[in-house]
Amino acid sequence: MKALLEIDNVTLRFGGVVAVNKVSFSVEEGEVFALVGPNGAGKSTLFNLVSRFYDPVEGDIRFAGESILDRRPHEIARLGIARTFQNIELFEQATVLQNLLVGRHRHRQGSFAGQILFTPFVRKEERRHREAVEKVIDFLDLQPYREKYIAGLPYGVRKVVELGRALAIEPRLLLLDEPASGLSVEETQDVAFWIEDIRKQMGITVLMVEHDMHLVSSVSDRVLALADGKMLSLGTPQEVQNDPAVIEAYIGTSDEHERVVA
Amino acid sequence: MDVLQLFVSGLANGCVYGLIALGFVLIYKATEAVNFAQGDFMMLGAFICLGLTNPQFMDLPFWFSVPVAILIMGVFGYLVDMVVLRRMFGQSQVAVIILTIALGFVLRFAAGVIWGHEPISLRTPMAGEYVRFGGLVLGLSEVMVIIVTFLLTLVLYVYFNRTKLGVAMQAASQNQLAAYYMGIPVKRLHSLIWGLAGMVAAVAGILFASKGSIEPSIGLLGIKAFAAAVIGGFGSLPGALLGGIIVGLIEPFASYYIAAGYSQITPYLLLFLILVFRPHGILAQIHSKKV
Amino acid sequence: MRMIFKTSYDADINLFRDREQGFWYMTLLVLSLILPFLLDTFWLGEITNVLIWAIAGMGLMILVGQTGQASLGHAAFLAVGCYANVLLQDPVGLPFILSFPLAGLIAGLAGMLIALPMTRLHGVYLAIGTLAIAILTEDLIVIAEPLTSGVMGLVAPTINIFGLEFDRYGTPGRFYWLVLAIAILMVLAYRNILRTPLGRSFAAIRDSEVSARAMGVNVAWTKAISFGISSTITGLAGALMGHFAGIFNNETFNIIISIQLLLMIVIGGLGSIHGAFFGAIIVALMPQTIAILRDTAGSVFGGGSVAIPGLESAIFGAILILFILFEPMGIYGRWVKIRTYFQLFPFYRRDMFRRQKSYLKTERMR
Repeated sequence: MKALLEIDNVTLRFGGVVAVNKVSFSVEEGEVFALVGPNGAGKSTLFNLVSRFYDPVEGDIRFAGESILDRRPHEIARLGIARTFQNIELFEQATVLQNLLVGRHRHRQGSFAGQILFTPFVRKEERRHREAVEKVIDFLDLQPYREKYIAGLPYGVRKVVELGRALAIEPRLLLLDEPASGLSVEETQDVAFWIEDIRKQMGITVLMVEHDMHLVSSVSDRVLALADGKMLSLGTPQEVQNDPAVIEAYIGTSDEHERVVA
Repeated sequence: MDVLQLFVSGLANGCVYGLIALGFVLIYKATEAVNFAQGDFMMLGAFICLGLTNPQFMDLPFWFSVPVAILIMGVFGYLVDMVVLRRMFGQSQVAVIILTIALGFVLRFAAGVIWGHEPISLRTPMAGEYVRFGGLVLGLSEVMVIIVTFLLTLVLYVYFNRTKLGVAMQAASQNQLAAYYMGIPVKRLHSLIWGLAGMVAAVAGILFASKGSIEPSIGLLGIKAFAAAVIGGFGSLPGALLGGIIVGLIEPFASYYIAAGYSQITPYLLLFLILVFRPHGILAQIHSKKV
Repeated sequence: MRMIFKTSYDADINLFRDREQGFWYMTLLVLSLILPFLLDTFWLGEITNVLIWAIAGMGLMILVGQTGQASLGHAAFLAVGCYANVLLQDPVGLPFILSFPLAGLIAGLAGMLIALPMTRLHGVYLAIGTLAIAILTEDLIVIAEPLTSGVMGLVAPTINIFGLEFDRYGTPGRFYWLVLAIAILMVLAYRNILRTPLGRSFAAIRDSEVSARAMGVNVAWTKAISFGISSTITGLAGALMGHFAGIFNNETFNIIISIQLLLMIVIGGLGSIHGAFFGAIIVALMPQTIAILRDTAGSVFGGGSVAIPGLESAIFGAILILFILFEPMGIYGRWVKIRTYFQLFPFYRRDMFRRQKSYLKTERMR
C-alpha cells in the first residue's frame, strides 16, 4: 500500500477565520476514507483545496507522490481526481447522457478543426466515449433517464447522475461530498453497494465526506473526525466513534449527536 | 476656458451620471436584476416634468411639476416591477437585461410619439442665471445640480440607515431568503425599490433637462451611466456616485486636451481597463460563489 | 407519435434523428435551392437578407445560447468582418474566395483577443464590457479614417469568383445561392460543434462553471474559443452584409444593431439553430411588414404613409417583452409545442412543457 493522496500540514484562512488548521492525513491507494465532523468543520473546504479552488496558506497537497499546488483547477481531473458536490452541480439544461459525456472531457482526442468537420476519427472517438458512458449507465441503473433533461429529474436521481459523471472521468481518486445526504434509506443502501463496487471492481480510491455514520462505518476503512478545522481523531470507524474527544465535539454542537451514537 | 469651470461643468454632468448609476445599483443590490432601461427612466422623468411645466404643453408652475413628476416616476417604477419584473422571477440575469433593453426601446418610442423628437429644454426659474465666486462665473443650474445631488445622497444615506423601511431593504438585499423568513414582504420591497429607482431617475432627468436640452434618445446616456456604475463598483452606492463623477470629469478634460475623435471614447476605454484589471470596480463589494 | 429505438451509438451521433426527419430537411433544402425560380428579385433579396441575419444569429447563438455568455457588442465583429473583407479586396487585391475566409479569421482572432482578458467576467460585467467594445469599435472606424474613410463609408465591390459574378442586383439568384451555401456550411459546422466534446464543454460552462472546471474543462480558454468561433461566424455574416448593402460606414454597425442581434436570437429561441433562423425572419422582414401594413392602413383610412421613427424598434421590443414573459423559449419553443400537439393528437396536455421553477442562481454569497 502506498499513499495516493497526502494532505501535509495544510492550513487555510478566510480573513480572520481559520477554516482548516494544520491538517495532515494520507489516503492509501484502494481504501475508502471518510471525513466526518459537525457543519463548518472544514470537510468541504478540504475538498475544495484538493480541487484547487482554494490555495492553502501553508502546507502541501500531494497526489501520487507529486505536489498538486502548482496545478490549476481544470488540470485536477486530468490527473485522475473526480468529485461530486454537496449541493448538486449538474449541467441543468443538458440530458443525463450529455452530462456523463462531459465527464469524458479528459479523454477527448481530435483536433479543433477535426471536431468542426466531424472527421471519421472524431466519430470513432464519439463511439468510444459513448461505450464508456453506457457502462457507467448500466452500473448505476440510469437507463430510464438517459435522454432526460436534468432540470426535470428528482433529487435522488440527480445525486446518482452526479456520481455517474464523476465515474465517467475514470478517476484514480473519487471525492464524494455527502453522497447520501437527502436520500432515502433504500437509496443510501444503493450508495453503500456502489461505493463497495467502485472500490473493489474499478479499483478506485474513495475519499468522502458524510454525516450518516451508519454508511460511514459500513463502507469506510478509516475515518478522520474534524472540528473547527482541526483534526480530532483518526482511525477505524469504531475507534473514532468511541473517541471521547469526538463525542464531546458532537455533544457540544447539538443535533449531530444522535447520528454518531446511532 | 478656465480649468475650474471645466471642473464644475464636468462635476455637474458627473452628478447626473452618478444619479442614473445610483438607480442601477439600487435595483441590482436589492433584486439582482439589472435595469438597462434606467437611462430611459431618466428620459421619461425629464419629459414628464417638461410636459407639465413647459409653456408649449401644460404650463403648470415649476415647483408644482417637479414633485408631481418624481411621484409619477415612482409609481411607474413600482408598476414596472409589479406587472413585468415580478413574472421574471427565476429567469436568468441575462433574460432580465434583455427585457429591460426592450422596455427601453418601447419607452423611447412612446416619448417620441408624445413629446416629439426635437430637442427641448426644461423651463426652470434657474435658466440663464449665474453665480459669481470671485472671478469665477458659474451657471446656476450647474451649481443646483451639484447641490441637489449632494442633498439627495444625504437623504438616501439617512433613509437606508435610519428608517425602518430602509433597513428592511438593506436586509432583503443581503439575504433574500432570510429576510423572507423574518416576515419582510420581499416582493413588495422589490417593487418599492423599483419605485425608488424611478424617483431617483426622475430627479436625474429633471437636473439634466434643466441645464441642457433633451430628446427621446437621451436615454442612451444610460450606457455611460452604466459604465460609471461598473467603474465605481457595481454593488456599491457610493461607488456608483464616484464612478459617475469620474466619468463626468474625464469627458470635458479629455475633449479639452485630446483630439476631438478620441475624447468621446475615454470613458469606455477607462471602463475596459477597469474590467480587465479590477473587474469588480474601484469599490468592490462582490463575493465569489461558494460550493 | 413514433417511437425511436436506438440500436447503435451512431443513432445519437448522426445529423438526423431518423429517415423521416432527414426527408423533411432534404425537402426544405430542395425548396430553398429552387427559390430563385419562384420569387421576384425583390423578395429574393429579402430572403437573402434573412439568411445573412441568420448566419450572424448563429454566430451569436454559439456564444449566448450554447456557452451562456451574453454579448451586447456583436456588431463590432460584423464590422470587423465587413471592413476586413472589403479592404482585403480593394487596396490589398485579394479575390473574394481568399478575402472572405480571411475576414472571418480576422474577426475570430479579434474576438479571442478581446475575450481572453474578459473571461473572468460574468453576466452584467460581460454585457457591459462587450457593450463598451461595440461603442469603441464604432468610434475607431471614424478615427481610422485613412483606412475606412470614416463616416463617408466604403463601397463593396461585386463578388467575383473565378470569373463568375455575384451581385445582389445584377445576378440576385447567384448571390442568393452563394449566401445559401455559406449558411448551410455554417449550420453543418454548428451541428458538428454540438455533437463533439467542444460543444459539450460549452454547455458545461453555461450551466455550471465550477462543475465544468472539476470535469477538467479549461473554462477561460474554452470561453475564448467560443468567443472566437462566435465572432468568426458573425464576421463572415458581416462580410456578406457589406456586399448585400453595397455601401456601409460606421453607422451600419452601430450599437442598436448589436442589441437587435441579441434580441433576435432571444425571440427566435435561445440554444437552437432554428432559433437563429426564426429570429432572422422576424428581424429582416419586419421593416417590410411594417411598411406594407402602413400602406394598407394609409389606403383604408386615407392620409399619407408617414414614417414614425423608432416604431420598428418599439414593435420589436414589445414582441420581445411578450416572448420573455409568456414563451421564454422563443418561437422555437412554441414551434416544438405545436409540433408535439399534432404528433400526439389528441393526447396533448397543456402542462406537458411546464417549466420547472428554478430560482435565481445568485452570483453573490455572503
